[in-house]
Amino acid sequence: MPEQPGKNAIEVRGVRKVFGAGDAAVAALDTVSVSIRENEFFTLLGPSGCGKTTLLRLIAGFDYPSAGEILLYGDDIALLPPFKRPVNTVFQSYALFPHMTVSQNIGFGLEMLGKPKAEVKARVAEMLKLVRMEHLASRRTSQISGGQQQRVALARALAPQPKVLLLDEPLSALDYKLRKEMQIELKRLQNQTGITFIFVTHDQEEALTMSDRIAVMSSGKILQVGSPWDIYDKPADRFVADFIGETNFLTASIAGIENGKARATLKSGATITASVADGFQPKGEATVVVRPEHAKLVKGKAELSGTVENVVYFGTDTHIHVRLDGSDDLFIVRQQNARSAGCGFETGDKAGIAIGDDAAQVLRD
Amino acid sequence: MATAEEIARAADQRDIRNRWYLSAPAMLTIFFAAVGPLAIVLVYSFLTPGSYGDVKWQFSPEAWVSVLFERDIFDDTLSLAGAHMSIFWRSVKLAIVTTIITLAIGFPTAYFMATRSEKTRDLWLFLITIPFWTNLLIRTFAVLQIIRNEGIVNTVLMKLGIVSAPIQILYTDVAILIGMAYVYLPLMVLPVYASMEKLDFRLVEAGYDLYASRWQVLRRIIFPLVKPGVIAGSILVFIPAIGAYVTPSVLGGGKNMMLSNLIELQFGQGRNWPLGSALSITVMLIVMVALLVYVRNAGSQEVRHG
Repeated sequence: MPEQPGKNAIEVRGVRKVFGAGDAAVAALDTVSVSIRENEFFTLLGPSGCGKTTLLRLIAGFDYPSAGEILLYGDDIALLPPFKRPVNTVFQSYALFPHMTVSQNIGFGLEMLGKPKAEVKARVAEMLKLVRMEHLASRRTSQISGGQQQRVALARALAPQPKVLLLDEPLSALDYKLRKEMQIELKRLQNQTGITFIFVTHDQEEALTMSDRIAVMSSGKILQVGSPWDIYDKPADRFVADFIGETNFLTASIAGIENGKARATLKSGATITASVADGFQPKGEATVVVRPEHAKLVKGKAELSGTVENVVYFGTDTHIHVRLDGSDDLFIVRQQNARSAGCGFETGDKAGIAIGDDAAQVLRD
Repeated sequence: MATAEEIARAADQRDIRNRWYLSAPAMLTIFFAAVGPLAIVLVYSFLTPGSYGDVKWQFSPEAWVSVLFERDIFDDTLSLAGAHMSIFWRSVKLAIVTTIITLAIGFPTAYFMATRSEKTRDLWLFLITIPFWTNLLIRTFAVLQIIRNEGIVNTVLMKLGIVSAPIQILYTDVAILIGMAYVYLPLMVLPVYASMEKLDFRLVEAGYDLYASRWQVLRRIIFPLVKPGVIAGSILVFIPAIGAYVTPSVLGGGKNMMLSNLIELQFGQGRNWPLGSALSITVMLIVMVALLVYVRNAGSQEVRHG
């Protein structure tokens, strides 16, 4: 997707968040800056403890930053209490009010904003329709299923028409099929309402399929911000490459960088061409990554060779694990499955791994 | 030969028999400790007082008549017993005010405790229960020491020049209320805390997120969800408060009687056991009616969550 400059809904500038004090102090966020554009589906992605939820809570107003600014359409909201921010949250646990009906839950925000009764009623009806829950309007939240609770939580957060909607791993409690359904539902809702979504998840597949842009986080820092394509195809460093999708890591000595291409000599002695990111000057030993679908398994000689150790069938494709000659490393090759044909290799077979010119990249550690 | 059905039926019967054996201790305790004595009190209230206390086994509704009415010495006409009425009303009033005071102090206390970290919570819980370790009479005398004319409160106020003469707190209704609020506070805090501890504080965050102010969150989210605890606490405070004996005697100085003082009088100097019994049952009836009204009102506003 092309970069398109637009208005920024949220701008996070140099935000730090430290929990505890003295020796016990832990920096959950370490000077994070990021801009989130209007109408964007923006995802904060990272393993648990990376600070993504902390950042979301700072934007929501449940915690206050130790340093830095959070701008909402240009106004610093970092120190406003949550009930004064035009931002709503869909909680991981949904946090629906158990003593209220579905309708009362959805109308709560509008009621607290002091909207007239008729307007609240109309908006609640509209929201119920939007999330297809009209038939359960007067149910208690304890009497509906997990997926339905999810929809009510969404409707409740969308009803006051927030400038930004925050979603804290909202799909993690749902089973696989329902999760797939809700992913599509969320995209639909975002398109329909035109509200900026900030979505927190640790599920890289979810992030890739739903987001306009993704910020990959680790240990309180943002490592890379970009479109799903950027993140997957041009990972900024080893961590991002490892976290997003499956990757083969190889060690190589680098020589002769020219036009963003380097000659990398692998341990096996083979030399391959690997792309290098702008401004990165690797010297000596460096990490080279190859995505499993960018390598090809061949009979006979190729850049790498090894013994097939495992053939794993996935339906759409097959993963072939190859133990590389002269080392203990496993290399995974992914092959698309053709109709009524095996992958052509069996456990114990000798095989060569062909790495095309565009397949390999040299990455920062 | 026994069929499967017969075996199952025999097992069922054995089960029922076992249930009775197992519940026997509880049943016997309930009967001898609660139902039995109560029956004696009820029977005594319909007998004639003996000359030196005790009762004569002769039926008489006189005790029940004198709960509410006074018989004129000369012409036997009945008039409403103003003294009894005012004592009833005083007791109910003080019990209600005590309940309100303990709720006003206990609710924030419970909230404070429930929002501490898990480790310190236990410490607070422990601190709350410490007063239970000391005898009630001694605790009441301790309160007396604090609020009497030469006590800490008045000494400090006078030293600071805020008042020139000691404020008379002891032997007033205020003294009784201070004493009762102090004694019954844990009975309010514990059940409210138990409810509050189960409260999912993410709901509080959700409330703030949806533009509810602190007061609105308290009123619309926290309070409805901890209401079972508030109801339990109110009942636990109101019942002993309406029948409180030690605290009003010590701190109230016996000038203004409460129900329990009146009952004690009938069994002691008054030598009118049937009247004392009738009054005791009257207290029970007041409590029962009050509870019914309270629970029904508190429960009907919102269907209980679960």
